[in-house]
Amino acid sequence: MNNCDTWDWNAGTKLVADFSALKNKFSYIEELRASPDGERVGIIVKNDDMEFTVCTQTSEGEPEPWESGYDKVWNLRFGPDSRLSAFVSETGKWKVSTDDTPWENSYDFIWNMTFNSNGQIAVSVQKELSYCVVNNEIPWENAFSRLTGMILSPDGQKTAAVIESVTVLESEIFKFRQGCYSIAVNGDAWSHNFMNVWNPSFSKDSSHVAASVRASYGEYYIAVDGKTWDRSFSSVWEPCFSPNDNSVTAPVKKGGKWFLAKDGIILWETPYFQLWQHNYSPDGTKIAAIVSPSFGRWTIAIDNISWGINFSDCVSDIVFSPDGSRIACLFKDNGKWGVAVDGTRWDEPFDMVWPPVFSLDGLHLAAKVKKGDFYYIALNGKRLNAQYEDLESPLFSPDSSSMLIRGRKGDLFNREIISL
Amino acid sequence: MTEAKSVTETKKTEDQGILKGLEQLTPEKIESVIQQVLSDETGARLKVYVETCVHCGMCSKGCHFFLSLNDPRYSPAGKVKQTLWEIMRKKGKVSPEFIKQAATIAYTQCNMCKRCAMYCPFGLDVAYVMSVMRRICHKLGVVPLYIQDTAHSHSVTMNQMWVKDDEWIDTLMWQEEEAQDAMENLRIPLDKEGADIFYSVIGPEPKFRAQLIFQAAVIMNAAGENWTMPSMPGWDNSDMCMFTGDYEMMERLKRRHFESALNLRAKRIVMGECGHAFRSVYDVGNRALGWRMPPIEVVHAIEYYNELFENNKIKIKKKFEQPVTLHDPCNISRGRGLHEMARNIVNATCENFIEMTPNREHNYCCSAGGGVINCGPPFKNARVESGKQKAKQLFAAKAKGAEVVIAPCHNCHGGLEDIIHHYGVEMELKFFGDIIYEILELPE
Repeated sequence: MNNCDTWDWNAGTKLVADFSALKNKFSYIEELRASPDGERVGIIVKNDDMEFTVCTQTSEGEPEPWESGYDKVWNLRFGPDSRLSAFVSETGKWKVSTDDTPWENSYDFIWNMTFNSNGQIAVSVQKELSYCVVNNEIPWENAFSRLTGMILSPDGQKTAAVIESVTVLESEIFKFRQGCYSIAVNGDAWSHNFMNVWNPSFSKDSSHVAASVRASYGEYYIAVDGKTWDRSFSSVWEPCFSPNDNSVTAPVKKGGKWFLAKDGIILWETPYFQLWQHNYSPDGTKIAAIVSPSFGRWTIAIDNISWGINFSDCVSDIVFSPDGSRIACLFKDNGKWGVAVDGTRWDEPFDMVWPPVFSLDGLHLAAKVKKGDFYYIALNGKRLNAQYEDLESPLFSPDSSSMLIRGRKGDLFNREIISL
Repeated sequence: MTEAKSVTETKKTEDQGILKGLEQLTPEKIESVIQQVLSDETGARLKVYVETCVHCGMCSKGCHFFLSLNDPRYSPAGKVKQTLWEIMRKKGKVSPEFIKQAATIAYTQCNMCKRCAMYCPFGLDVAYVMSVMRRICHKLGVVPLYIQDTAHSHSVTMNQMWVKDDEWIDTLMWQEEEAQDAMENLRIPLDKEGADIFYSVIGPEPKFRAQLIFQAAVIMNAAGENWTMPSMPGWDNSDMCMFTGDYEMMERLKRRHFESALNLRAKRIVMGECGHAFRSVYDVGNRALGWRMPPIEVVHAIEYYNELFENNKIKIKKKFEQPVTLHDPCNISRGRGLHEMARNIVNATCENFIEMTPNREHNYCCSAGGGVINCGPPFKNARVESGKQKAKQLFAAKAKGAEVVIAPCHNCHGGLEDIIHHYGVEMELKFFGDIIYEILELPE
């Protein structure tokens, strides 16, 4: 939870950090990261002992390097609670450090830092060639010979990952076909094994896990808590739980075309050349998906009704407004990126666009965009004049009256609040 | 030059993937799968190819198998006759023994290099016909063991070498550290959003040829690039599923690769020196997913290196002195037309360039492509014997003074290494990256 209602939303600009001072102070620096509230930045640097560490700075102080130095630091990220975490390594052992406080236990390797909305951290770890998940510093009781695709439940209580449930050696292709992969939830594997498992997903209430599975080369299913749908398809994409009733929907391929299915039954009867990244509105009453109605054309379908416009190159990043009444996405058309909302494209094309953000009341839509060498904020279809060398995506105040911009102009990283 | 022995008779196949796969077949299953593939997955294209062929044999001279072995069974038309023609004539009523032979031909006796299409008066694409045969074999579960295992690796790890998530990141950090000896503060930036370049490689690079990542990192840093590599699966651009006929997995792989780059908001993908991966990313895989062209610009290493020299982004200390020749990989030369750019790079980097003949889009395949080398040891001897024509070509270039073969493709390297060794060609083999790294002037 980012507690944005407690942030300073008074209009104005605050200097947070001078990048040139950081460059002068350290012989080695990486990219700046900004906290969600924009009050603090962090950066991986090398200290005077030529160890990797992290330096943070707020508007009210000097640059503050972490006291601890390491052989290596990577994956520096602010969580939604504005705490700053990274993977750190000392003599070949890895752990998470948050705000310069390292976890107690270390591992031979650690990756895939995942936050829930409260800022709780789960990671995938390897120790002595065994793999498991560590959630909030607590490792699974069981470890596996292979693990990937870890996810953290919305309530932070559970983690799940694709695991190798039966050890299979390279070249054992017939054993592989018998099924050696499954899902483990909090370290406990499903009772069924499959040839392949991909895309685990938690239900909104954190009580169920669904995944795409392959039982044989031609039989793809959605499995929910280890049990497959009654019907197989020639391929499937990632499943998604309805936030309302825990039913499961997924794109499925049948006869060379893609459909949306619900609990094994075709829900959207329209055959598409492609259908993926489907998503529910926050209230669970609508489903939107990226679809290709004809080869090489892309658009959004909402409850199986496509927008009247489509695009040549691709569509990505569906975003619902908080009340579910509006839908935006990114598109690329004839080599240029853009933003489309409710079936209408913004006029201006960009060289790159980041996922758009709705205000809480749904009336405003803003996005970080790039044009030429500079980043900009585009708001409701208009690019604002200010140009930045570095920029985070914009955020809106809880009352939707202000927008937070976190960006670097020249060497100066500022936190700006503008009134809408 | 060592005389090639006769190619292993297909009926003597000892590949366990094929033999054990056959044990699970019945005539009914064979017919059912064939009918499904022919009715649901093929159409006018296959019909036109099969019905238009007048069996003139002009394609024979396009095929290095035929040229090396001088046996009409290895002509492109001969291979179609032994596979799809027979299947279509018998309406799918063929025996497991037939499937065994057809699988061996389709997977190990055609590199899908498409050279024959240039020699066919009608431009018929036999590689496509072989890919239909492979698709049938995949659905029957009759696939050579080694390439099937590679396809399984793709399905589990999204890379072709069973490289685990942590091993990939660890390898990048190791190569970064090694490269820092050459350039202080050099970085391999992981997951950097908004980079100009998303650099992707194939599975064998972290597994066996990590120095190529090292070299690429030095070149990227020397050129001052804003670049990144992903820490999570999606980094491997290769695709043996495309060659086994597992198109559902091919689609999954390509989606992951493209989405890795798209999610990092990269401007474009620059790929390492691989041919088949380029075919998958630029042509086959993207289109299978519904993208007419890749959703994000894809640039092969040859295009990228050519840009570096055209834009003076890197400097060299001096040109590479040993006389070189250039092997044009099928997928990026015949498939994409990058052969002149490759020559621009040779001319920018090497003192003495000797063309091998034939060259450019007419170059002979290395005999490794199309997944043939990935079928592994059971077929190695046959593969190398089919490279006799390539060996002759290399000897001819060597006779003109060439000492080094530049081959900007991983599978070509594997195939040419075997040919050079087997026939005693005694030439060195290099990637463009090897040459550029060797002569690169590092910035102060």
